[in-house]
Amino acid sequence: MKYLALVYYDEKVMERMSQQEWDSLNRECMECVANLSANGHFITGSPLLPTSTATTVRVRDNRVTTTDGPFAETKEQLAGFYMLEARDLNEAIALAGKIPPARYGSVEVRPARELQEEGNQAGGNAG
Amino acid sequence: MPPVTRAWLNEFYANESRRVLATLIRLLGDFDLAEEALHEAFTAALTQWPTDGVPENPRAWLVSTGRFKAIDQIRRKARFNVSYEDIAEQLESELTTEEIEEQEIEDDRLRLIFTCCHPAIAPEAQLALTLREVCGLTTEEIASAFLTSTPTLAQRIVRAKAKIRDAGIPYEVPGPEQLPERLQSVLHAIYLIFNEGYSASSGDRLLRHDLATEAIRLARLLCQLLPEPEAEGLLALLLLQDSRRAARISTEGDLILLEQQDRALWDQQQIREGIGLVLRALGSRRFGSYSLQAAIAAVHAEAPSMEATDWPQIVGLYDALLERNPSPVVELNRAVAVAMRDDAEQGLYLIDALLARGALSDYHLAHAARADLCRRLGRVDEARVAYQRALELTQQGPEQRYLTHRLAELDTY
Repeated sequence: MKYLALVYYDEKVMERMSQQEWDSLNRECMECVANLSANGHFITGSPLLPTSTATTVRVRDNRVTTTDGPFAETKEQLAGFYMLEARDLNEAIALAGKIPPARYGSVEVRPARELQEEGNQAGGNAG
Repeated sequence: MPPVTRAWLNEFYANESRRVLATLIRLLGDFDLAEEALHEAFTAALTQWPTDGVPENPRAWLVSTGRFKAIDQIRRKARFNVSYEDIAEQLESELTTEEIEEQEIEDDRLRLIFTCCHPAIAPEAQLALTLREVCGLTTEEIASAFLTSTPTLAQRIVRAKAKIRDAGIPYEVPGPEQLPERLQSVLHAIYLIFNEGYSASSGDRLLRHDLATEAIRLARLLCQLLPEPEAEGLLALLLLQDSRRAARISTEGDLILLEQQDRALWDQQQIREGIGLVLRALGSRRFGSYSLQAAIAAVHAEAPSMEATDWPQIVGLYDALLERNPSPVVELNRAVAVAMRDDAEQGLYLIDALLARGALSDYHLAHAARADLCRRLGRVDEARVAYQRALELTQQGPEQRYLTHRLAELDTY
């Protein structure tokens, strides 16, 4: 199964890190990706620039509107993502637990849904 | 074999259906399909067994009959939706290669408990799902026990089952790496089920009593299947708490506190079993907070009276508990034990320090405990204020009556 691991943390807290701390965290993240790739769990992923660079797009009445910033103000902000291949949720949780920023913020694990031509259900496959 | 009557089958169903269901869930990978298969299998038994006799291994017969029925069902659906065809074929191919072993069936019950209590499921849904799937209570019964509407509870169960399937929560007992955390969820769920039955605050008294019994049954099952020290500690705790059931509530339904309880009403058999389990759990050196709480309950159970209780030991156990799980409520209980070990003044000093920290200022039992100690020290005015504060904070009928009674008693001082 494919799982998306969304990495969140408080940007303000991370900004207070020293250059050395930040470098060492980033090296850890690169190591984590290397390990996941070596074990066949890593499909794709990327860290993101801070929310100050975000733009939110909506289409209403066929008109595109754009606004500054992320969709919602939250205590922790989306910082990156990993698309993982895992046997089941327990394996996905075990993998997500090794993502270094999980020590500072949180990692949300969500199964990916397969997009079908028809028969999709907004609430998942629940009958 | 006894004659297969409807009554015999009903009893057989009550004893066996949850075991069979647990295995069907593993084999079919779907809670709803398994429930349907379970009912079909028992329906088949009802028509076949009275004439053909009970098969040699009735459990295995029910499992394999249920699975055949489910495959039929999937095949019927496959006529409209080709994706079911693969599922049916896969299930059929497994059918011929796999024998249904007794041990597997027992393991499946354990898998079912861990699946229902997976930490990725909301705690209130864990409880509902466990009572529904593992204990076989109806949705209506569970809703009435938790004072929720049936549709809300049904919705909760449907969502939890959908999450198990869609998010890929595995049907397994977790490995050594994940076991401690997962076991903690299972123990916590059982503990909460018991508490729901133990605090006779409102709702249908009888069913809540059933919930306490059900929690003990679950804890016992867990100990049989996975004899971990903390599981034994939890079972001990529940047995020891429950041993006081008959002495805790007066005929008028009022709460009777430990010091006024008629200890002759305590269930000695449960106490013996509980103490045996505590000793084993503590001896393992891999015990946790449930075992320590059970040890405290065991010291109370062994004491002939409040005064003759081994208070130094209880304070020591609270110290150990605080080291593991620091919490203001545990500190409060320790303060009360200190008041018994040393004197009321010492206890009051600790409670006042706690209240000054603001941790428990809205917790009615902190004020009630302060009030009791002030009363013992003859500080009547302070006691009155504290009882009144406690009364303002509690919502429970029996506790309100108890506090009002205490307040009235103060006037005679």
